[in-house]
Amino acid sequence: MTAILLRGGTVLTGEGAVEADVRVEDGTITALGRDVDTAGAEILDCSGCWVGPGLVDLHVHLREPGQEWKEDVASGSAAAAAGGFTAVVAMPNTDPAIDSGHLAAHIADRGRRVGLVDVAVAGAITAGRAGERLAHLDELWAAGVRVFSDDGDSVADAGLLRRAMEYLADLGAVVAQHAEDVGLSRGGHLHEGAVSARLGMTGIPAEAEETVVARDLALVRLTGVAYHVQHVSTAGTVELVRRAKDEGLPVTAEVAPHHLVLDHTATLGTDSAYKMYPPLRTPDDVAALREALASGVIDAVATDHAPHAAHEKDVPFEEAPRGVTGLETAIPLVLDALDPDIETFFDRMAVRPARIGGLLHHGLLPAVGGPATLSVVDPDVEWVFDQSRSKSRNSPFLGATLRGAARHVVVGGRVSVREGKVAW
Amino acid sequence: MKHLLGLEDATRDDLEAILDDADGFVDVLDRPIPKVPALRGKTVATVFFEPSTRTRLSFERAAKALSADTLSFSPGTSSLSKGESLKDTVLTLRAMGADLMVVRHRAVGAAARVAAWSGVPVVNGGDGAHQHPTQALLDALTVRRHFGKVEGLEVAIVGDIRHSRVARSGVNAFSALGARVTLVAPRTLLPVQVDGWPVAIASSIDEVVRTADVVYLLRVQAERGGTAVFPSLPEYVSRFGLTAERFAAMRPDAVVMHPGPMNRGVEIADEVADDPRSLVLDQVRMGVAVRMAVLFRLLGGENA
Repeated sequence: MTAILLRGGTVLTGEGAVEADVRVEDGTITALGRDVDTAGAEILDCSGCWVGPGLVDLHVHLREPGQEWKEDVASGSAAAAAGGFTAVVAMPNTDPAIDSGHLAAHIADRGRRVGLVDVAVAGAITAGRAGERLAHLDELWAAGVRVFSDDGDSVADAGLLRRAMEYLADLGAVVAQHAEDVGLSRGGHLHEGAVSARLGMTGIPAEAEETVVARDLALVRLTGVAYHVQHVSTAGTVELVRRAKDEGLPVTAEVAPHHLVLDHTATLGTDSAYKMYPPLRTPDDVAALREALASGVIDAVATDHAPHAAHEKDVPFEEAPRGVTGLETAIPLVLDALDPDIETFFDRMAVRPARIGGLLHHGLLPAVGGPATLSVVDPDVEWVFDQSRSKSRNSPFLGATLRGAARHVVVGGRVSVREGKVAW
Repeated sequence: MKHLLGLEDATRDDLEAILDDADGFVDVLDRPIPKVPALRGKTVATVFFEPSTRTRLSFERAAKALSADTLSFSPGTSSLSKGESLKDTVLTLRAMGADLMVVRHRAVGAAARVAAWSGVPVVNGGDGAHQHPTQALLDALTVRRHFGKVEGLEVAIVGDIRHSRVARSGVNAFSALGARVTLVAPRTLLPVQVDGWPVAIASSIDEVVRTADVVYLLRVQAERGGTAVFPSLPEYVSRFGLTAERFAAMRPDAVVMHPGPMNRGVEIADEVADDPRSLVLDQVRMGVAVRMAVLFRLLGGENA
């Protein structure tokens, strides 16, 4: 493996941000500072860029196995790399659901063969995500799974969830919840409020999310399991998470970039590009999410990258599947929503998500002797989102001019993105 | 006007202009030979993905009175059962030569999607619970011809507002034309957030029957009883039905309207439905004239 020199960037180290070059050899950072030896190294220009730990996305849908016309591990990995990520956690709502060890091992192995980013796999909590009995939790754990979720659905049965929490607490795993009470969300397509009233569509009230989180927090108090709230979308959920953290419960939370920059008025035109779960909420919710991410009440940005084919989305809003792609637009949306400093940016995009996901080789601030898994982010570059490495194009930001992008990405010493282009 | 998708942003002038045209077409329909050659050679497609009798027939009658040809699509006899998408259906009808499409579909925004795909003028014949603009126009025309005006009248719309495209379009049209609109429904049948709508809210029909100029009854969708939006039909009738007693309490010049089809004995008592002050059949007649006005506006004149 050739040596790499990341030259001229602002590097986020344990001692704060410094102007430095970073030399990488054999997957390890061998030098960090000024006047670093350039001999035999491929030089990557990092001027004007932030250099930090590789970005980690706790929530993506790679659609493999079973829905490869939307996405697969190869296309999803390329989209992740293009978006500056070095690791993703693939949700198990595939067909079949990833509810057993061999499936999880297979998908992780597919990720290794593609080799652009580390593909970690979330395991289902219940067999087939059917919400009736436990999935093969030990097998999944043995295959390397650290995050468990029935994402796409809540685990509705509180007794079953309690048993899963007890079992997974012993293993040290994280229970991640897609919080949606179907009794409250049934038939709903967008946020319940002034927009749904005007359009005559059934809405999904904020309480569909909040009642599930409130119930789950009682079970966290009971079981002590590490609990992660997926795609927080309401001010009420933010408040529940804030209070749980104040109480000392082992609770973390993520927010999707689109929820930081769009509100439900975007759905007035009934364009299915704006349809996702949780739905776009009110401007007050957006403000609360931004504030919570800035303050750290919400730990992580996670894209909920949910690719769907054009023909599936090119239908009336109510008939379209939920979800938007997100991997390639996360950096500019987070910069736009938060205007973060370099520490906050990498903390919410890399350090904390890696910790939550149990990804030991990710989320580590660059240091000599540490792993060369790094993202180089140009916070100022303007570009048009008019092509994608994903198989799908279901993004409300398609065609938009965005600011901020990954310039280079290095995973375990290998360059997966060079000058904004995915290496292969 | 390129399409007629909804009345949410319609101004009083927009509406009055269509109603004025429709007045002229009422006169045409009263002639011994109720037909004009205005749209000869044009083809109007009625593309109905939901069952409908009166709306489809009314549009076809309007098209024929303007000498247009009609193409009729309905899901029961179509490739829809073979899994053809809405988009492909629309492109197929366009290729067959449809010059205008009237679209009814259960999904909100369906007509807007068809307008984006088809390249021809589209009239929304009802999209989910969103909009049904020609219904509201025919209702406004009926009221305007009966009272000589809409401005200042008190219009009470009673029933399942939440799931009603007739109510949404009606609120837009009546309020834009200067009527005072009251929505009368149990909370479970009102949209969850109507703050900002130009309406008053009442929770029993008794609050409006004595003062309203127009009592507009919506059809109770009996199947909704099963989703627990109200406890039972008798209880609905007790709070929201226009019974003979309530009808007797109405002002002597007040009228009753209904978009049909009626559930006699539920939202409207038998004898009320047949009373001379029930304008239900006038509404049907005005429907043809209003649809002639809309089709002519989109396909005739400077759009020809």
